[in-house]
Amino acid sequence: MKFLCVACDEAMKLVEAADTPHGDSLTVIFRCARCEHRVALLTNPQETQLVHSLGVAIGGRTTPPQPLARVRATLNAASPLWTEEAERRLQRVPEFVRPMVRDNIERHARERGCREVTCEVMDEARSGMGM
Amino acid sequence: MKTYRDIAGDGGSDVLGQVAEREARRRTRMALVARKFAVMSGKGGVGKSMVTVNLAAALALRGHRVGILDADINGPCVAQMLGVRDRMLKLGAGGVAPVEGPLGIKVVSMDLLLPGGAVPVIWNAPMQQHRFTWLGAAEAGALGEFLADTLWGELDFLLIDLPPGPERYPDFHDLLPECDGAIVVTIPSGVAMLTVKRSIVLAQTLQAKVFGVVENMAGYQCEQCGALQALFAGEGESTEQTPGVPVLGRIPFDPRITRCCDQGVPFVSAHHDTPAAQAIMEIAVRIGARCAAWGGGR
Repeated sequence: MKFLCVACDEAMKLVEAADTPHGDSLTVIFRCARCEHRVALLTNPQETQLVHSLGVAIGGRTTPPQPLARVRATLNAASPLWTEEAERRLQRVPEFVRPMVRDNIERHARERGCREVTCEVMDEARSGMGM
Repeated sequence: MKTYRDIAGDGGSDVLGQVAEREARRRTRMALVARKFAVMSGKGGVGKSMVTVNLAAALALRGHRVGILDADINGPCVAQMLGVRDRMLKLGAGGVAPVEGPLGIKVVSMDLLLPGGAVPVIWNAPMQQHRFTWLGAAEAGALGEFLADTLWGELDFLLIDLPPGPERYPDFHDLLPECDGAIVVTIPSGVAMLTVKRSIVLAQTLQAKVFGVVENMAGYQCEQCGALQALFAGEGESTEQTPGVPVLGRIPFDPRITRCCDQGVPFVSAHHDTPAAQAIMEIAVRIGARCAAWGGGR
């Protein structure tokens, strides 16, 4: 989608793109470089979700894309993924308690809003469990 | 007044650049995979996932390195059929490492991102009403991420288990243009065959290659006398009548296949001496021979 300033016949430039606090609408502001005229594109919830579903960042990407970022961010009830290092560390836990430890750490990660279980998350969870 | 095509760029988001970056990642991953086949069916319930899993096992038994992408986002069952539902995908260097199942088959599935039990795939969204307006984009986006972000490593074969429906393969082909073709699974019934033919015509019209047809549930071997009997009326007509698309093989029905799927064990390795397992092995041989005749790969 592109925006054109009709009066100047000039392509408009993106100034700002932001989600509303409820996450149900996108506000994208464009400006004409010649006459400074501004317009805002406001999306409804379905349009917002459609844009999010495409896996692109309106306003441009500021950080490199993470593996399965969109799926993990939008899939309800997605389990956090373990890094290989964290998984290796878990394998050192005795087998008979490993499932319980895994569940506790994943619960801790979910409560903290973490989508990844790293060694740092494991340390946090362990101190929280009084271990 | 300027039109859309007169204006370069999109004003700042560079959406096309973001898409191009993801496609470049996908091409890099897929460059390590020699052959990529989508397994599709026009109708549901014809045993497509069973065929995918057992073809993968048959290819692995023949010494190939094999992966399966379970592209059935809402009804994933490959992880169950390979007995790896209790495992999770892991974050590796710059991507996600697939789970390794029996015979070294690598698996990626939505199921491996969800907690156990019968948790359905539900997308977080501002509104769950009118999901049809964005659901297709969400599912295609998920498949695009799986293709771009999975660390398959070097594979001889990647099988992609698609959900049922004639449109699924051409749609998937847009996400993976390097796909070598579709293996179409059907059963010997008139209704299924009509949909298969429709699916093949649609794929060919949209320039998506069809590799061959596998007829599942093609007869039933009597446990008492060993004779092969028809399961469906009208059996024996049909599959050859699909012009330009070879029949790769016919798999007779065997009740142990279902049991193996439920237990997470590839039937083809657990019951290798049965007619059904031998039929699947022969299909794997035919696929390997046709690929060898093509040469190259990747």
